[in-house]
Amino acid sequence: MPGREKRMIMGKQKKMSEIIIQIDGKEVKAAEGMTILEAAQSADIFIPTLCHREKLEPYGACRICTVEAEVRGWTKFVAACLYPVEQDLVVRTRSEKVDKIRKTILEFLLAHAPYSPQLQDLAQEYGADKDRFEKESSFCILCGLCVRYCAEVKKKNAVGFVECGARREISFIPEIASKECNSCKECFPLCPTSYLQAAFVLTESLAFPTDSSPTALKK
Amino acid sequence: MRERNKKVRTAAVDNDRIDRIINKYQGKPGSLVQVLLEIQHENHWLPLDVLGRVSKKLGVPLSRVMQIVTFHKTFSLVPKGRNEVHVCTGPSCYVRGSTRLLDTVQDLIGIKPGETDPDSKFSLETSNCLGCCNLGPEIIVDGKHYGRVTPDKVKYVLKNYE
Amino acid sequence: MPRINSASELEELRKGILSERDPDKPCIAICSGTSCLSLGNGRIISAFEEEINKKKLKTKVDIRATGCHGYCEKGPMVVIYPEEICYVEVTQKDVPEIASQTVLGNKVIDRLIYTDPDTGEKAAHQSEIPFYKNQMRHLMGNNTKIDPRSIDDYLAVGGYSALSKSLLEMSPEEVLEEIKKAELRGRGGGGFLAGRKWETARNAPGKEKYVIINSHEGELGAFMDRALFTGNPHSVLEGLIIGAYAIGSHLGFIYTRHDTPQLKNNIDMALAQAEEYGLLGENILGSGFDFHVEVHLDIGIFVSGESSALMRSIEGNTPEPRPKYIHTSVSGIWKKPSVLNNVETWANVPQIINKGSEWYASIGTDRSKGTKLLSLSGNIVNTGVAEVPFGTTIREIVYDIGGGIPKGKKLKAVHFGGPMGGSIPESLLDTPLDFDELAKLGAPIGAGGMLVLDEDTSMVDVTRYFLNFLSDESCGKCVPCREGIRQMLRILTNISDGKGREGDIELLEEISEVTGAASLCALGKTASGPLLSTLLHFRDEYEANIEKKKCPAEKRE
Repeated sequence: MPGREKRMIMGKQKKMSEIIIQIDGKEVKAAEGMTILEAAQSADIFIPTLCHREKLEPYGACRICTVEAEVRGWTKFVAACLYPVEQDLVVRTRSEKVDKIRKTILEFLLAHAPYSPQLQDLAQEYGADKDRFEKESSFCILCGLCVRYCAEVKKKNAVGFVECGARREISFIPEIASKECNSCKECFPLCPTSYLQAAFVLTESLAFPTDSSPTALKK
Repeated sequence: MRERNKKVRTAAVDNDRIDRIINKYQGKPGSLVQVLLEIQHENHWLPLDVLGRVSKKLGVPLSRVMQIVTFHKTFSLVPKGRNEVHVCTGPSCYVRGSTRLLDTVQDLIGIKPGETDPDSKFSLETSNCLGCCNLGPEIIVDGKHYGRVTPDKVKYVLKNYE
Repeated sequence: MPRINSASELEELRKGILSERDPDKPCIAICSGTSCLSLGNGRIISAFEEEINKKKLKTKVDIRATGCHGYCEKGPMVVIYPEEICYVEVTQKDVPEIASQTVLGNKVIDRLIYTDPDTGEKAAHQSEIPFYKNQMRHLMGNNTKIDPRSIDDYLAVGGYSALSKSLLEMSPEEVLEEIKKAELRGRGGGGFLAGRKWETARNAPGKEKYVIINSHEGELGAFMDRALFTGNPHSVLEGLIIGAYAIGSHLGFIYTRHDTPQLKNNIDMALAQAEEYGLLGENILGSGFDFHVEVHLDIGIFVSGESSALMRSIEGNTPEPRPKYIHTSVSGIWKKPSVLNNVETWANVPQIINKGSEWYASIGTDRSKGTKLLSLSGNIVNTGVAEVPFGTTIREIVYDIGGGIPKGKKLKAVHFGGPMGGSIPESLLDTPLDFDELAKLGAPIGAGGMLVLDEDTSMVDVTRYFLNFLSDESCGKCVPCREGIRQMLRILTNISDGKGREGDIELLEEISEVTGAASLCALGKTASGPLLSTLLHFRDEYEANIEKKKCPAEKRE
């Protein structure tokens, strides 16, 4: 069961204590165990996300949801999708530095996928320039939605991450993907850049066992 | 004929020994890293079918196995040469000239880090600091350290290896 | 081996071991640290064994393969006891002469003792050699006397008396209080108060708690943990068991390197021997306290030294960090409270218990107590492992201990903390070694790797080198770190190659701001450390590279 649902049920069962936090000057009632993002969403306060989806465990990779969190006088920058609320927390979802962070993150990602509709929408809001950095060869932004959906919801693990650092990428496991993907493809609409679909087609044509290719099956 | 046999020997896999290692950790997904390290150490590389067996016996998705084995150059998915050459590229060796040393080794063997030469004689890799900084710059061949190696001495180090 | 079930039995055993050892009996202690091992100390050991056998002196002379003596530059090293004559750069050919002249004849062989390269002065004893006499070797000092494969050697120098005192004379709370009063700070790079971390774990809910020795030592240029742990594994193990007792943990993990078989073998042997003696396992020393240890190997990647990544690796997962909004001392391995400390941190514990927190806190500075192990490397005459009290100036370390810069070159900078640290220029060399003083200058001490750089070094290039390393060794999960390092590296490479442009420095600073604030873990957050510190102290080099399209420093790597 995804974390959010689990926490909501636990909250009802255990009668979790109510926590009062402040988001952008507004008082927000939150339950113990909630994240800043969940608290904000419950109060209709918008925080942008890219790698976050309700059905999946929060991931904290894109960092677009970075907000300012002030606790006992100390301000730090945290990922709203992961940071647990605490009493007297003061959150600022927009500020000069938060906006600079989001703008730069978008510019990093636009160097990979300049025509992604999601990225373009956010780029407009934060004044991000898709040409600020040199174009990258891969248009995957490594949000991990495909990998996590396949692991947590479908439990097939047909696609995973390989390599590390700057060389990190997603990779379909031919032995599993050839059996599972053609009748599923539920992860395809999740991809913000359509890299996923391209990677699948490439893997299918180059690496699937020959008797499982669509043309072979048709015969 | 002898040459071909040499290449075959390099890529040959002792499946019995590998299976013994895997069986030790059967049903223990938490031991994934240890199993892979033991097999890599024993066999010097990780064939894909072995990874499939690890995945099945330990109950770990193959995608997670692949993520770990591609995470660092410690693991190899292709057969290694008969002799593994490491050039230390730690910062102390770096300021003492490891880049020039690496260039010389590359030129002599004809391969880049991560590669194996066509005769499967040498595999080359860079290594992080091994803690022998006074010996820098260093070449390590099959675990043996050659310290304070200048580019002109490289060929004397490598000629000892078949 | 007899199982020890009380403090008195331990002391009996110790007395027994000492009574069989004649302090006047000659002992040949041969350094078997990583470097000396690589220089062929095995041949020297065999040669000594042959000589002693030839002269039929097997029962009259001891030969001991010891841990790292620290003076790696002068290896292979041999120390002859009881006179403590110290021979440097020994070869196999010197062995017969040493055996007859020194071991039997009590004569010092002049050509084999240390000679000061500047004054020509000779020094026959360790205490007279500049490298050693300016140190305070509380942790490393016993390395010359102990064979790491012999628990009896460790017992002979007072080992496990702190464990006995802790388990049998003190409560866990009292042990914790001592560590807190000693103000022991983590030696792995964080500098966090160990006592506070232990207390958090102790007070965290749940019965199952874990303690971990971080023996990954990923910091580039750092090799002192290996020297200590390989040479005196029991000192670290004793600290771990005492810590486990204070925290309430019954299972410990040692996370160590896969590429150092000597270290792993010594650890395995130490664990087995401690268990045989009843110093580890069930009912330790008859105290009723149980504690077991598991050894796990790393996969080699730098990021797996980060505490949350390390814990994921122990769980059998890819070593990817998680944000530490909830500390690992509350939720660590399998979400249980887990205390991770560095090898050196644990090794400090027995002496705090034995000699008291007041004694310990009297060493060092106001906020950095005790001694620190340092790995001296780079453009320095004396490469090796040094141990000094906090407060010693960097100048004293580089010149009095390190012997200065080779080939008569001038010092340009000293770099601390590897890829997540920073450099200080020559003008700041009188800064005392201190966690906070160095952090203020943008050169946090890190784990203790001290890389000395001479006048020919291009600071732009060194920065590029560290960023290149991080781009390969970070996990790549979060955007600011992965993409930020990618872009910074590209710009730096251009600057280094003479292709820099106006505005590049400002762009680097802006990207650093983003990676520093928004990255998921400490690796990303401090990745721009070397860049920011070199921009602070060597900005002119960057500007010159951009303006003149070439690097002002001569040496280019």
